[in-house]
Amino acid sequence: MVHSSVMAQDFSDIDSVQNIEEVTVYGRRNVPSVIPAQTLAGAELKKLSSNSVADAIRYFSGVQIKDYGGIGGLKTVNIRSMGSQHVGVFYDGIQLGNAQNGQIDLGRFSLDNMEAVSIYNGQKSSMLQSAKDYASAGSIYMRTRTPYFDGDKNNNLDVGFKTGSFGTANPSVLWEHRFNDKISSSVSAEYLYTTGRYKFSYSKVDGYDTTEVRRNGDVSALRAEAALFGTLNDGRWRVKTYFYDSERGYPGASVREEPGKFKNEDRQWDRNFFVQGSFNKTVASFYNVMVNAKYAYDYLRYMSDPRLDVSTMFVDNRYRQQECYLSAANEFTLFKWWSLNLAADYQYNTLDADLNEFVYPRRNTVLAAAATSFNVGGLMLQGSLLYTFVRDRTDIGGATAGDKHEYTPSVIAKYKPFKKHDFNIRAFYKRIFRMPTLNDLYYTFIGNKYLKPEYTTQYNAGFFYSREFKRSFQYLEVQADAYFNQVEDKIIATPTSNQFQWTMLNLGYVEIRGIDAVVQTTWLFGGKVQMNTRFSYTYQKAQDFTDKNSPYYGSQIPYIPWHSGSAVIGLGYRGWGLNYSFIYTGERYESVANIPENYAQPWYTHDMSLSKTFNIGKVRLRATGEINNIFNQQYEVVQCYPMPGTNFKIKINVMI
Amino acid sequence: MRKILSITFIVCVALFSCRKPETTLPSEEIRIDGSGMHLKYVKGFYLLNEGNMGSNKASLDVYTYDDNTYRRNIFGERNPDVVKELGDVGNDIKIYGSRLYAVINCSNLVEVMRASDARHIGVVSIPNCRYVTFDGPYAYVSSYAGPVAIDPSARLGYVAKVDTATLTVLDTCVVGYQPEEMVITGGKLYVANSGGYRAPNYDRTVSVIDLASFKEIKKIDVGINLHRMCLDRYGMLWVASRGDHKGSESPDRSKTFVVDTHTDELILTLPVPNSNMTICGDSIYVYGTEWNSVTATTEKSFGIIDVRSRQLVSSQIITDGTQDNIKVPYCIAVNPESRQIFISDAGDYVTPGKLYCYSPKGKLQWSVTTGDIPGHIAFF
Repeated sequence: MVHSSVMAQDFSDIDSVQNIEEVTVYGRRNVPSVIPAQTLAGAELKKLSSNSVADAIRYFSGVQIKDYGGIGGLKTVNIRSMGSQHVGVFYDGIQLGNAQNGQIDLGRFSLDNMEAVSIYNGQKSSMLQSAKDYASAGSIYMRTRTPYFDGDKNNNLDVGFKTGSFGTANPSVLWEHRFNDKISSSVSAEYLYTTGRYKFSYSKVDGYDTTEVRRNGDVSALRAEAALFGTLNDGRWRVKTYFYDSERGYPGASVREEPGKFKNEDRQWDRNFFVQGSFNKTVASFYNVMVNAKYAYDYLRYMSDPRLDVSTMFVDNRYRQQECYLSAANEFTLFKWWSLNLAADYQYNTLDADLNEFVYPRRNTVLAAAATSFNVGGLMLQGSLLYTFVRDRTDIGGATAGDKHEYTPSVIAKYKPFKKHDFNIRAFYKRIFRMPTLNDLYYTFIGNKYLKPEYTTQYNAGFFYSREFKRSFQYLEVQADAYFNQVEDKIIATPTSNQFQWTMLNLGYVEIRGIDAVVQTTWLFGGKVQMNTRFSYTYQKAQDFTDKNSPYYGSQIPYIPWHSGSAVIGLGYRGWGLNYSFIYTGERYESVANIPENYAQPWYTHDMSLSKTFNIGKVRLRATGEINNIFNQQYEVVQCYPMPGTNFKIKINVMI
Repeated sequence: MRKILSITFIVCVALFSCRKPETTLPSEEIRIDGSGMHLKYVKGFYLLNEGNMGSNKASLDVYTYDDNTYRRNIFGERNPDVVKELGDVGNDIKIYGSRLYAVINCSNLVEVMRASDARHIGVVSIPNCRYVTFDGPYAYVSSYAGPVAIDPSARLGYVAKVDTATLTVLDTCVVGYQPEEMVITGGKLYVANSGGYRAPNYDRTVSVIDLASFKEIKKIDVGINLHRMCLDRYGMLWVASRGDHKGSESPDRSKTFVVDTHTDELILTLPVPNSNMTICGDSIYVYGTEWNSVTATTEKSFGIIDVRSRQLVSSQIITDGTQDNIKVPYCIAVNPESRQIFISDAGDYVTPGKLYCYSPKGKLQWSVTTGDIPGHIAFF
């Protein structure tokens, strides 16, 4: 019953994670996934030196984070080099949308109340999932804490405070309450302030050497969430509201300037609100149903004010997006070895902007998915077909893009050849697209309504192996996958007659060949000292085959390193935790012209954290100290966006 | 297990290369095929590559006739102590006297170099500077960054008067919206106001500044979104409009205008799309690359205008059928001595462009790879 075990993983590991925390067992045993998946959860996730979900995702293999630096800088994730807009990001099971530009800033999502962060290549392969779960080339699932009460406790309180470099102050509170056996609630709030200031330097051994301070990178952000959780006979439901309000400076590219002459003062305000609900129930032994619904409102204001910075031109734009979403999924278990999923989603998006000649687009999206799973002997086979219908409307008839009808399939297989060994061979094929965003199609002057969807095709083969031992070396898990991806009709921004006038075109064709590998181990020395290790490695050859006549035909696409990897080693002893993490990103180029002018140096950072948990009566206290980028490496992830050098953080949590 | 770990470690070390100390990038020398040319007055030219906004990749190339060699990216090598090289978005380059001036738009400065070897002399700090021209001991630089009005989106630009001896701004004169190229004649400075930031309410004027008083004395109504300017020997000012970017069907498409500098009146409108032009003798060489946002295509055209008859005398510059090699024409220049025609190609804007050299008859002689977005040429 592979499908149900995956299903079970989704809900049951909520408890297992809790247990991990209670008994502080290090590491997490993954259920062998039919699709390449990686998860960081519980204590392991907590111990990583991370400011946000984006920082945690860097430890996964097959993933590149585009990071514009600092706490406030945009951070987007790119799975297997297909582009960040092919990544579906889900928050407690429901996708976070951005119809405007398809971009989710993972730097905004705090790890404070996060229970698990997972990444799936292709798609999550549960047999009870919404049509949206099929609709991305790769997905990230963030799952916040579900209330869990020890014994007869009815309240949990966790008050935390973080401070450290960049003038950071970050108080947080989490309160969970149990009304009765069936209903509990959770309220979580967090405030973050940082000046975003840090020193960085650029130098050439035979030339200039300059140290500057990154300024106008301040962030002030409030996050508040409230949720209700309920169980019914053979079912559960949850309702959640989320609110995020922030103001930040936009430090801009660090380019040549006369020092201190003109100060970048661009600012951005964001307000995001959503309310979402989820309900699932086993109606009959052969039938499960799940219903999801969501309403979201997103507001963004960007201002560039020449009264503060004379070198800039005045910009003050406000963008408002709304989204309504409804989904129903049905799982039918026809036989023990055969099940079906039928899911249908509807989504409505609007975008308002105070731009000249703006066409005020509205988008209707209907998704319908049919999936089936066979499970015979050691073989599991899944196939799915997704139908997507998109109809846009605008205020000016001639400006509207045509309707889109797309059918996209996927096939997933897993085979376990030996009964006694947890060794699994897996493979998948998937074809999916991303719609041109509302900006791609309709942004005044830049948009191009003739854009076609951007397609990806993925072929993946790999294995998963795990084994438990009765020695100090307790657990080993190895997974590796090789893949071949194609991105067709890639939507590319290109200037028109001058470089201040851009448009979007379906220009690109990219082929990606890669290998992802992860090795995890758990050790127990002398019954007291626990050790947990995680190594990941990624190889990617991502080549641009857009133009046969280009001298750069077949070159590596921008910002994709050939080699990258990470290592995490955690030690635990009687409430003490010591964690070391290392991230490596190899050499790469900032342009498809792989020439010395565009060469980007490898970068690698070493981070350490030390934590101690004390029990004082009924109160638990945890103190954590972090030192990041220990060797003060001066590096850039994105050209002209310098990253911070050595930085510190202290965290105190009081739990009742 | 130890074995596995140590093997993993060795593999990691082998795969993970470390950072090398960063050195200044050397320039790249490209020998052009053939014997080259020996000219009496023109020794060669500098080419300024704009580089994409926010990438700090403006770069300088130089070609010299005597050794028939093109040298790419010479600024860093010749000026290793200048912090962050040439800067962000090179927008104009000119030689005046013994000095080379490069206007670096998004670095908010004009880089002043020795014309003989491009060694750094100093900078003039001007926010959002666009183009430069000269008269007597002064350089004049157009800038978008005029005084901020009550409505900050209605912000006029200005022309700065720079003392070339001290590299300081002596005075500024407020003109129209987002001023671009300038021409000086008869004690007057003409500047094309674009209003590009105010689309669709573009500016449509040429400002006239009296140089003696350094005051704007007139605004001539010409056409929307003005950009390029050149002066013929009969005192006629040729002005190019970028148009409204809606393509050839639009009544406000890119056009060419003539202003009589004796009367400061618009005297003629030619339906010749004009993204860029250069004058040599009595001929104006012009190309148009118009983005048609309605059909999402680029419309490309070339032409030669006779300034005496004020007519398009040819709709081609390139006569050997190689014009389709040029994806996006981005700059045009004619060697005043050899009459060779140079046209650059910005390609996809994110990879190095190309420079094509044609004979005066329009036959391709040679081509070379430049930096990103080759945009501006200055002969020396």
